[in-house]
Amino acid sequence: MKNYDIVIVGGGPAGLAAAVSAKQNGVDSILILERDKELGGILNQCIHNGFGLHTFKEELTGPEYAERFIRQVQDLGIEFKLNTMVMEISENRVVTAMNREDGLFDLQAKAVILAMGCRERARGALNIPGYRPAGIYSAGTAQRLVNMEGYMPGREVVILGSGDIGLIMARRMTLEGAKVKVVAELMPYSGGLKRNIVQCLDDYGIPLKLSHTVVDIKGKERVEGVTLAQVDENSRPIPGTEEFYSCDTLLLSVGLIPENEISRGMGVEINPVTSGPKVNESLETNMEGVFACGNVLHVHDLVDFVSEEAAAAGRNAAAYVKTVSLGTESTRQSDRKTDEEYLAERIPDKAAEQEICLIPTSGVRYTVPSTIRVSHMDEHLTVRFRVGNVYKNCYVSAYFDEKRVIHRKRQVVAPGEMEELKLTKEQILQYPNLKTITIKIEEA
Amino acid sequence: MEVKNLICINCPMGCALTVEMEGNEVVKISGNTCPRGEAYGRKEVTDPTRIVTSTVKVTGGKAEMVSVKTKQDIPKGKISECIKALKDVEVQAPVYIGDVIVADIAGTGVDIVATKNIELL
Ligand SMILES: Cc1cc2nc3c(=O)[nH]c(=O)nc-3n(C[C@H](O)[C@H](O)[C@H](O)COP(=O)(O)OP(=O)(O)OC[C@H]3O[C@@H](n4cnc5c(N)ncnc54)[C@H](O)[C@@H]3O)c2cc1C
Ligand code: SF4
Repeated sequence: MKNYDIVIVGGGPAGLAAAVSAKQNGVDSILILERDKELGGILNQCIHNGFGLHTFKEELTGPEYAERFIRQVQDLGIEFKLNTMVMEISENRVVTAMNREDGLFDLQAKAVILAMGCRERARGALNIPGYRPAGIYSAGTAQRLVNMEGYMPGREVVILGSGDIGLIMARRMTLEGAKVKVVAELMPYSGGLKRNIVQCLDDYGIPLKLSHTVVDIKGKERVEGVTLAQVDENSRPIPGTEEFYSCDTLLLSVGLIPENEISRGMGVEINPVTSGPKVNESLETNMEGVFACGNVLHVHDLVDFVSEEAAAAGRNAAAYVKTVSLGTESTRQSDRKTDEEYLAERIPDKAAEQEICLIPTSGVRYTVPSTIRVSHMDEHLTVRFRVGNVYKNCYVSAYFDEKRVIHRKRQVVAPGEMEELKLTKEQILQYPNLKTITIKIEEA
Repeated sequence: MEVKNLICINCPMGCALTVEMEGNEVVKISGNTCPRGEAYGRKEVTDPTRIVTSTVKVTGGKAEMVSVKTKQDIPKGKISECIKALKDVEVQAPVYIGDVIVADIAGTGVDIVATKNIELL
């Protein structure tokens, strides 16, 4: 069985940035496994601009952003395998993967970085009885068809859900000559970025109907039209508000969900709110030496933050590998343990230190990370989170145990946009025996 | 005085801008996080422009389509003309990021460039 210091599952922006950073932090034995025929992940189908302004101070399209990282991976001589699907990872970090040339094979990794991204919620989200005629697509599938295969799925379109992919596709299909009649959103606010509402819907006069859903689909073989209705606070359709729209295509853009089948299989604990792993300050899961970053950890809207998060995961995985490698060399001399035996043991300091728990409450839905070990913290730690509703003129606050330490005024926070809060090690060290940090929204 | 509320689209932060106008003159812009926001606000009320992205067919390459964009933003009113002009364009592989696919699209003085590398098959 081949050995690697770090095996990275997924060659999207998260996997690429993690690899580059691990290499720059002194680890040479790195392998990226990617199931697609090219590196770059979802960015390859995101041909619109709006990527990388924070990282590169210029506005790139998805493929251009990916290319910057792919080139770094190539220049640094980092090994990768394409068309290779990871099937399973064992507790002891044996990675089982499959491709045409090698068949089914196993690799032993000292550290694993999970970077599998996310997938679209299925059309089960469409909670209506009856036929499922042709002409119903997820927005991401439509995006791939139009942008990569040059195939237009339809001419008259209704979009359910105002996630970013749906908004981007509203514009794309309009420009390609389709008539996008309406975007319906179940919630009273949009799930997408504000800029996408402006430049994808407003620019083209496409109406966005908030608090609306599809209650009926007409057509047996092919979609002939859909009926929308307004919903009440409990998301139940209000009788008498039904409106019919004729169309041949219904796009669903009802959200993304982290792809964690492999993580679950190996025993990684999942946060039910994000559907991604629970991680500590090092972005390490409950399984030692297993790190996570990007959309597999929690769904991001900005690739810049994916790259930033992934770089941290790469750095932390590199530090971890160095610690276990040192241990392995010294114990080898004394009692001739093999790598695997050593790795199977737990790192001694893990249990000793008390972890600080991050608690999301009052409007804050989750935080990444969930716990902090101060001894493993860098000088700065970025805590990312999402809110559950739209709040105007509010404060984002952090309480260290009972004491309010951060109280930052915000004009508006919304579920569609990820928030962040910076903590410093210095700040935390001022509170010995700190047990919890509570993050909440406080209204003015 | 007229007040316009806009959302800066220069980056996904989507800052809420307030543009105060005196006739056709912009007197004050607030709400932006960075200088690009101010420039956007000024432009959006006087001469709105957009970057346009699309795809064109490739022959002999590892993919069917290559993604492209306008190298700079073009007037909003020129978007559909620009897309029409791209309809029947076909290029030969290999194509590299930054290659000019169509020069001076729709009389805007702006080039259409490739945004993805497509190697020969
Ligand atoms: C439609 C859309 C529009 C967006 N627009 C913007 C924007 O305008 N600006 C912006 O900054 N961000 C945008 N984003 C967000 C950003 O692109 C994503 O957050 C980012 O691409 C996530 O990166 P990732 O590496 O975590 O996931 P992905 O890009 O999904 O990469 C995951 C990779 O893992 C591979 N993989 C999964 N499972 C396995 C397995 N078992 N074995 C091997 N490989 C596997 C997949 O094939 C894939 O290549 C957009 C996202 C979408 C979907
Ligand atoms: S003002 Fe600056 S930070 Fe805010 S959206 Fe515009 S470009 Fe982005």
